[in-house]
Amino acid sequence: METTILFAPLVGALICGFGWRFIGEKAAMWTATGLLFLAAILSWIVFFAFDGETRQIEVLRWIESGSLSTSWAIRLDRLTAIMLIVVTTVSSLVHLYSFGYMDHDPQWRQGESYKPRFFAYLSFFTFAMLMLVTADNLVQMFFGWEGVGVASYLLIGFYYRKPSANAAAIKAFVVNRVGDFGFALGIFALFFLVDSINLSDIFAAVPTLAETQLTFLWAEWNAAEVVALLLFIGAMGKSAQLILHTWLPDAMEGPTPVSALIHAATMVTAGVFLVSRMSPLYEFAPNASGFVMFLGAATAFFAATVGLVQTDIKRVIAYSTCSQLGYMFVAAGVGMYSAAMFHLFTHAFFKALLFLGAGSVIHAMHHEQEMTNYGGLRKKIPYTFWAMMIGTLAITGVGIPLTTIGFAGFLSKDAIIESAWAGGTGFAFWALVVAAAMTSFYSWRLIFLTFFGEARGDKHTHDHAHESPMTMLVPLGVLSLGAVFAGMIWYNQYFGKVDQVGKFYGIPVAEASEQGDKAGNGHGDDSQGEAAELGEGEAKAEEKHNYAFVGAPGEGAIYVGPQNTVLDDAHAAPVWVKVSPFVAMLLGLGLAYLFYIVNPALPAQLAENQRPLYLFLKNKWYFDEIYDAVFVRPILAVGRFLWKRGDGGTIDGFLNGVAMGIVPFFTRLAGKAQSGYIFTYAFWMVLGIAALVTWMSIGGGAN
Amino acid sequence: MIQADLNVILPEIVLAVFAMLALLGAVYTVKDALASALVWATAGLMALLAVWIASATGGTQVAFGGMFIDDGFARFAKVAILLSAAAVLLMSQDYMHRRGLLRFEYPLLVALAAVGMMMMVSAGDLMALYMGLELQSLSLYVVAALRRDSVKSTEAGLKYFVLGALSSGLLLYGASLTYGYAGTTLFTGIVQTAQHGEVSLGLLFGLIFLISGLAFKVSAVPFHMWTPDVYEGSPTPVTAFFATAPKVAAMALFARLLHDAFGGAVADWQQVLVLLSVLSMFLGGIAAIGQRNIKRLMAFSSIAHMGYALIGLAAGTEMGVKAMLMYLAIYLTMNIGTFAFILMMERDGQPVTEIDALRQYSRREPGKALAVLILMFSLAGVPPMLGFFAKFGVWQAGVDAGLTGLVVASAVASVIGAFYYLRIVFYMYFGDETEEVLETNGSPVLWVALMGSAALMLVGVAYQFGVEGAAAAAAATLVN
Repeated sequence: METTILFAPLVGALICGFGWRFIGEKAAMWTATGLLFLAAILSWIVFFAFDGETRQIEVLRWIESGSLSTSWAIRLDRLTAIMLIVVTTVSSLVHLYSFGYMDHDPQWRQGESYKPRFFAYLSFFTFAMLMLVTADNLVQMFFGWEGVGVASYLLIGFYYRKPSANAAAIKAFVVNRVGDFGFALGIFALFFLVDSINLSDIFAAVPTLAETQLTFLWAEWNAAEVVALLLFIGAMGKSAQLILHTWLPDAMEGPTPVSALIHAATMVTAGVFLVSRMSPLYEFAPNASGFVMFLGAATAFFAATVGLVQTDIKRVIAYSTCSQLGYMFVAAGVGMYSAAMFHLFTHAFFKALLFLGAGSVIHAMHHEQEMTNYGGLRKKIPYTFWAMMIGTLAITGVGIPLTTIGFAGFLSKDAIIESAWAGGTGFAFWALVVAAAMTSFYSWRLIFLTFFGEARGDKHTHDHAHESPMTMLVPLGVLSLGAVFAGMIWYNQYFGKVDQVGKFYGIPVAEASEQGDKAGNGHGDDSQGEAAELGEGEAKAEEKHNYAFVGAPGEGAIYVGPQNTVLDDAHAAPVWVKVSPFVAMLLGLGLAYLFYIVNPALPAQLAENQRPLYLFLKNKWYFDEIYDAVFVRPILAVGRFLWKRGDGGTIDGFLNGVAMGIVPFFTRLAGKAQSGYIFTYAFWMVLGIAALVTWMSIGGGAN
Repeated sequence: MIQADLNVILPEIVLAVFAMLALLGAVYTVKDALASALVWATAGLMALLAVWIASATGGTQVAFGGMFIDDGFARFAKVAILLSAAAVLLMSQDYMHRRGLLRFEYPLLVALAAVGMMMMVSAGDLMALYMGLELQSLSLYVVAALRRDSVKSTEAGLKYFVLGALSSGLLLYGASLTYGYAGTTLFTGIVQTAQHGEVSLGLLFGLIFLISGLAFKVSAVPFHMWTPDVYEGSPTPVTAFFATAPKVAAMALFARLLHDAFGGAVADWQQVLVLLSVLSMFLGGIAAIGQRNIKRLMAFSSIAHMGYALIGLAAGTEMGVKAMLMYLAIYLTMNIGTFAFILMMERDGQPVTEIDALRQYSRREPGKALAVLILMFSLAGVPPMLGFFAKFGVWQAGVDAGLTGLVVASAVASVIGAFYYLRIVFYMYFGDETEEVLETNGSPVLWVALMGSAALMLVGVAYQFGVEGAAAAAAATLVN
């Protein structure tokens, strides 16, 4: 069944991409979509039937080279199961949605076939993403990692007639190379240290790694810290974290379904998945984890500020994605991998919903993306409006404070903010709270600008605005369900009591009182039963049934170290902490209402008064400009120098000199020596033998 | 005793008796009218002998008190010599017939040359060596001047004869010096004297003269001067013959002499061979660039190729000998294909040898042009053609023997040499339009030779047809 899930998208991609000429466009597209729905259904079955026990399903023997021996296997644990449903569900819905969205694309001429190509790329992407999440070793994961990179490149540049789309595709690919370099170095380092790339072996060796020193670049480092940091650099690239985030907004050049699938719900969360997958490593690398948290918080804050002033509907959501990924990294950085996965899970639903909703708006408005040209669309496209409303309620975190009733984002985002308070620094907590206020502001701004107020922009376009077809509305409906209920249904599993979370992930738990013993012994690999027996002597903890994670690294889907009590601490957070994101949300909502409904002239005035700040935000903190000046131009200059002077001048010049000057000279010489007279020839022979005899008798080995 | 000895040299006796009987028979009957039949008969007999020798499984047999050695190495060389000689004979039949050159002596002289070559590769004694060498050379002098009414052909024959006599003199002088200092002409005796690197000056002189004499036969620089003139002047089929079998025989004899007689003094002859090899590769490559005549070009090409083959010999190891044998086998195949094409080249019934005639050839004959392209790439040593692996083999042997400098120089030379092979391809595919159309309507034999050889260059990498194993076994019997 797992193998079917994995390979159904590949089969779909192959049939759709290469077979459409034989079976026709429609049939090819339905084949790809049908296979993905099959994969999605099977994924849900796997998710519900999964018992928490990690399993390896070998597909084939893969690499046998010296001590590098590994097979191609599916690692099925809770993390994989979560990612399977996220990937296949969103992907299948996006496939369906694309039937409507990609119909009659103005980028293509009459009669040109582009849809099977699009579906094939989507299916190929899904296959690569599934490769990534089911990987049982790091090279396999890297294969998937690069596979999704290729798919992303192909899909961002899908409109290959647009120069901007090509540029964005290249940018995404190149920026990701930087991250992948770090990832690859991390894999090399792990193989160097552990002599294996299999996850199980690595997890088992992590405690030793934490005590190993590794020489890297110019100094000695703690091996676990270095490897964790290198892997995180890979995650930064793929998940568009600060420094390596610049490609994500540009990636919106791709068709909107692509943005929903790849650049919101699945591929960009691969970094979060990677950190969660390598949780044993990060638990033993506190400094690297601190860096993850810091960078996540900074990204969440940064992206939210930029999102405040963007006017392109897709770019607003893109920065929102960037920001929400920052939230997830904060959770992973403080050791609450489960909360990170929770937010990843709910975010996939509501962010895909928002993107597909935005796509529906764009579709209605004839590919107009500027929000300044929208307004008053509520009546024209009511279903889309309600879907977007649900998405916005979810992302801004609407719910009843201090209970577990609310939209998906309410539960998962609050879980992260509480974790940040419990396990992180003040900076992380406050950055996230402020970012939550800004999230609320820009999300409501989007709604108000698009659906409320006066119709702006081209009147003709507004007159012809129409609701999208059913193939686009059905995915919106399904994702809306997820955005509403996903948080409430799975709250306990992701962020409930220790024993609930432990059961969900297959991590052994023991009563809290003996946690000290366990930590003191330094080995936590006893089974739960033994641990319970040991704990019987202790009586004082019985009344509260306080549990703690005791699994060894690699046992269960994620590893939580014995000193890591963030989950309990987060639940014990004061009320003001738990209410703060809700207050921030209300603040953002109020401001947005004031700015865009009550007094629509206010934003322009503010932008005028605070012009430097406005420009700073509008230009995305000038990251692109700085990179252009610091990296792109110097490298282009070096390249041009090496090309013109180095290659053209020196190498070509040298070779041309040899080939056109020296060699012909000798050729003429040889021609002259070949005089045609026997005596010349004989003379040369005698000369040769005389030289040989002289040389050998003087310098040779004769004695 | 004599019976056993005769059994060992039975293949040589059969060929020699056949040649002499046929000579007498033809002289007293219809003479040249028999020529065609004799070509086929000789080629058939050579092929049969090749099969016979190849299927002989016996180990090393020595005859006539050590003067004649029949071992795996000799058998490998003999099979290569006989097969290539047979192939060249068949290829030349149509060409010579149409130009009135097909005399009955031609196949018989080739057969006698083959007997001489077989003698050479089996020589276990300096006198046997000289006997084989002279039998081969005398036959070759005559066939070089086969076109008696052509000034160029007779000039080629004469030049070859005079310079060959000089080289024979050098060789004999070397042999007598060796005999003087070693006290014996038997290789097994010489090797005892020249052991452990303690070679007396006289013996060293003898060795150098012997090497010089043999270097003339393999046309290594600076004893190569005769090659271009003889290649150009001789009738093309004769040139094809010169470029194939005698080269194998001379290289094999070279290896046999150095390993069997001077195997204890590798360090002494190694540096001489390195020098000859470097000079040959560079001169062959550089001088060929200036050639417009494809036969002269192939002459310099063969000089360069002998330089590469000498790397394997210079290595002085079993692996080197194996690489050299592989090189020769592949070189033979390439050359047979290339000469098959050169034999086809004609315009209005007259042979054409200018490479300018090849302009735009691919438009008219895409199939043959492709085959020539493959052969040229292979001669230049472009992977994945077999020619690359031939070079790779000798380079590997060279590096293993510590001759890295030689190998690097050889790589540079092969880059220079690639130029003129690629120029032929360039002319065929991208050359200017020419009004003078080149015709290449050769006999089916030529077509088979060209296509077969090109195909072998392509698929040979995957299927070595057991040649590599045979070469390894042959090298093992020589070096021990």
